[in-house]
Amino acid sequence: MKGMKRSLLALAVAGALCVGTAQAQISGNVIKIGVLSDMSSLYTDLAGAGSVVAAKMAVEDSGIEKKGFKVEIVSADHQNKPDVGSSIARRWYDSEGVDVIVDVPNSGVALAVSGITKEKNKVFLASGPGTSDLTGKSCSPNTVHFTYDTWMLANGTGTAITKQGGSSWFFITADYAFGHALQRDTTAAVEKAGGKVVGSVNVPINTQDFSSFLLQAQSSKAKVIGLANAGGDTTNSIKQAAEFGIVKGGQELAGLLVFITDVHALGLQTAQGLTFTTTFYWDMNDQTRAFSKRFAPQDKGIHPTMVHAGVYASLLQYFKAVEALKNDTDGVKIVDKMKSMPTDDPLFGKGKIREDGRALHPAYLVKVKTPAESKAPWDYYKIVSTIPADEAFRPLKDGGCSLVK
Amino acid sequence: MQALFGQLLIGLINGAFYAMLSLGLAVIFGLLNIINFTHGAQYMMGAFCAWFLLNHGIGGVSLGYWPSLVIAPIAVGIFGIVIERTMLSRLYKLDHLYGLLLTFGLALVIQGLFRNEFGSSGMPYQMPSALTGGVNLGFMYLPIYRAWVIVASLVICLATWYVIERTKLGSYLRAATENPALVQAFGINVPRMVTLTFGFGVGLAALAGVMAAPIYQVNPLMGADLIIVVFAVVVIGGMGSILGAILTGFGLGIVEGLTKYFYPEASSTVIFVIMVIVLLVRPAGLFGKEK
Amino acid sequence: MAAIAEVAAVRAARRNGIVTGTVVMTVLLAIAPFIGLYPVFVMKGLCFALFACAFNLLLGFGGLLSFGHSMFLGTAGYITAFTAKEVGLDPALAILAGTAASAALGVIVGGLAIRRQGIYFAMITLAIAQMMYFFYLQMPFTHGEDGIQAVPRGRLFGVIDLTHPLAMYYTVLVIFVAAFVLIYRVIHSPFGQVLKAIRENEPRAISLGYDADRYKLLAFVLSATLSGLAGAVKAIVFQLAALTDVHWTMSGEVVLMTLLGGMGTIFGPVVGAFVIVTLENYLASLGEWVTVITGAIFVLCVLAFRRGIVGEIAAWWSAHRR
Repeated sequence: MKGMKRSLLALAVAGALCVGTAQAQISGNVIKIGVLSDMSSLYTDLAGAGSVVAAKMAVEDSGIEKKGFKVEIVSADHQNKPDVGSSIARRWYDSEGVDVIVDVPNSGVALAVSGITKEKNKVFLASGPGTSDLTGKSCSPNTVHFTYDTWMLANGTGTAITKQGGSSWFFITADYAFGHALQRDTTAAVEKAGGKVVGSVNVPINTQDFSSFLLQAQSSKAKVIGLANAGGDTTNSIKQAAEFGIVKGGQELAGLLVFITDVHALGLQTAQGLTFTTTFYWDMNDQTRAFSKRFAPQDKGIHPTMVHAGVYASLLQYFKAVEALKNDTDGVKIVDKMKSMPTDDPLFGKGKIREDGRALHPAYLVKVKTPAESKAPWDYYKIVSTIPADEAFRPLKDGGCSLVK
Repeated sequence: MQALFGQLLIGLINGAFYAMLSLGLAVIFGLLNIINFTHGAQYMMGAFCAWFLLNHGIGGVSLGYWPSLVIAPIAVGIFGIVIERTMLSRLYKLDHLYGLLLTFGLALVIQGLFRNEFGSSGMPYQMPSALTGGVNLGFMYLPIYRAWVIVASLVICLATWYVIERTKLGSYLRAATENPALVQAFGINVPRMVTLTFGFGVGLAALAGVMAAPIYQVNPLMGADLIIVVFAVVVIGGMGSILGAILTGFGLGIVEGLTKYFYPEASSTVIFVIMVIVLLVRPAGLFGKEK
Repeated sequence: MAAIAEVAAVRAARRNGIVTGTVVMTVLLAIAPFIGLYPVFVMKGLCFALFACAFNLLLGFGGLLSFGHSMFLGTAGYITAFTAKEVGLDPALAILAGTAASAALGVIVGGLAIRRQGIYFAMITLAIAQMMYFFYLQMPFTHGEDGIQAVPRGRLFGVIDLTHPLAMYYTVLVIFVAAFVLIYRVIHSPFGQVLKAIRENEPRAISLGYDADRYKLLAFVLSATLSGLAGAVKAIVFQLAALTDVHWTMSGEVVLMTLLGGMGTIFGPVVGAFVIVTLENYLASLGEWVTVITGAIFVLCVLAFRRGIVGEIAAWWSAHRR
């Protein structure tokens, strides 16, 4: 026993020394990517380990290593705690030579990371977080926001469904800033498209039972029930809506933030008919299918979500900028370069990055297939309509970003 | 007014889950003096067990909802017994605190392992076909499954209460908590009885988990926050009081249902407000005896 | 006589040990940034160490297990962050304001809770903490789950620029050491002795004429205040205040730190806090395994090392000296 304790101690000391030497090897010659994600709770499946896979694939496909750059990827779990996330980000920038942080699902952590990235003049490629503040009042010259944001989800889904005849809405809203932002932005879109909101209910996060709220939604007689929530809250409310015969009773369910992993978790029997907005679907064209075919075996069979796709695409653009500048140290310069070059990648197609840091690409309104329509595992979406890149996101002038002159 | 009826009924249904979970917790506390923090994790294991039986089955034979109602509680109960024998039994002579801390740690381990294996977004579990559909009660649409939950849990709760409070076996159990040495002297194997009781309490949690599987997402974290609420139910009812746990479970379900209607934002907090008030006015809980 | 002399000698030796330990710890911490340790990491450890020490004051020496201590950490964090960012107070005043808020909360919660014992005490603190969580979730000034971000570190007393990492580091260190010495003094004061007497046998202490409730309340408020100080400093160091600090899992974490390090020992909580913070930091790349490992440590502690790291070392030491 004593011997074992001693050898454990020796091991610990050796471990500490290893950490020391690893730090010493880092030079400006290496592009070090930090994937900061949720590896252990709510967002693990839609980002998590899959984001690391996506980052690795971006490195392979960009061919950056053949052009003489060394690339290294590290990853960590922010546990959805802003203080844990920000201390990892600081440590990475201060003492481990990380040049760029990607992903960061969870708006609170992302806002903190964005602030630190600006302070240290590095680069933050946000793919996971939803808050449109990242390119609005909290925008930063060091941050690029890919994939999605609350405004785009709300606007896409709200406008499209209202125009298709869903003229009255009732919201089941997760009672936190993210849920309120979704509700606010969707309301604006619905009203602009000529619909009206007849009621809403604020639900504490991580509520298991939505039946009370669904009853309230049912008795409101609204044509559309908007789910302004995420993750487990969304899946539970959809599952119970099916149980209470909401859709059969003639009301439509609109998910405001739904990922393909949520649909997978619900099963088509329950999720069928659900309408929502996404910016990426694996089964869109040959390129996305090829990407997914390589991706899935590396991430427990999970087909890539739009967050994974965003990690991949944002890194491709980043590598292009670094390659052009031959520099990975000055964050603002790199981001400026990223903005000055058009984006063109296999997953999102052609697009650009706006001066407030918002990446523009098309978005798609999709409807979940019925079990009969689905031909294969993960064959889940029908694309109803395409929202062009210049209409999908919040107009530049409305964001209140200080970088916009 | 009609809407209110609906909310009351919904509250009662949720109360049925609270009652079943807090019953197991109360039985364990009453007889073992252990505050079982793994209860939420065991509830989750019950649900996963049902999912596993349906999708993988035993020896290739897929087993549906009804067999799961029996198999899952037994399987998880055996798991509980292993934990009791290997770990908890070493702590009986110590402060309550240690049992709580041990089970808290175990809950973290179990939930972590399940998450690593199954991911965080959970698994679908289809409702058994016999219980799908619903009836329109005029004031609300009542899914048949929810009606089944309420009936089943009432039967289970009452049966448990009857066994513990009204039968000979129950009287041994209660006597063993008061004076184990004396009961042992009468030739009753107290440690074995304690072990089986723990297994039974855990089995109840798993049973609640199976019943929850068709309506809630089968998710590794489904019991993580629930445990705190169920805990509050037991404390309000009076630690160790079987009847207290049952009545408080249903009662708080209703109170929560009403809160969801009048002030939904506070629905996850209202139970704690009640707990503070109850503990200040009646320190041993509504149905507990002061020691 | 000889026995009394021996007891006195043992006590003196222990006191010497603690004084030496404190000096060694302070020196180690003072040179930490120069021996390759990352200052932000050590500061985080110090904040949690202070939090755990404050918690240990209540649990280890007062025998009261609070399961809602996160409310004091979080309250001070929010008030400090708010006053520093929105009101624009000097960081020293902001920290003071946060600490005072936690102290005030401690008076109210303590007044309600100390009338109950054991598990009921734990439950009542948990319930009130849940209510505070709800309060902070709803209040607009906390910005919900985003938290109060980008809190300025500012200039301490208008002179010391805290944006400089080392200035911040030594400020935190001074606060920590001062609070640590204060806790030590309290434990070894007559007040601390009475507190221990109440922990061991409350009716007896009462029969000796001590007003047990007043002593317990005082200990509770002191613990709340120092937890608040930890939260206030943490808000300035990390420049944010967020909901995780008021969530009940944070209350569980501080129990873990205290238990792991050694409940009722002086240095235990410090060691426990640093071990946990180290795990959180360096296991972060292991991702999904962090919770499993944390849980396993809990189990291992309860089953095998109930006295905690420092407690076991102390026991081993005194057994081998004889």
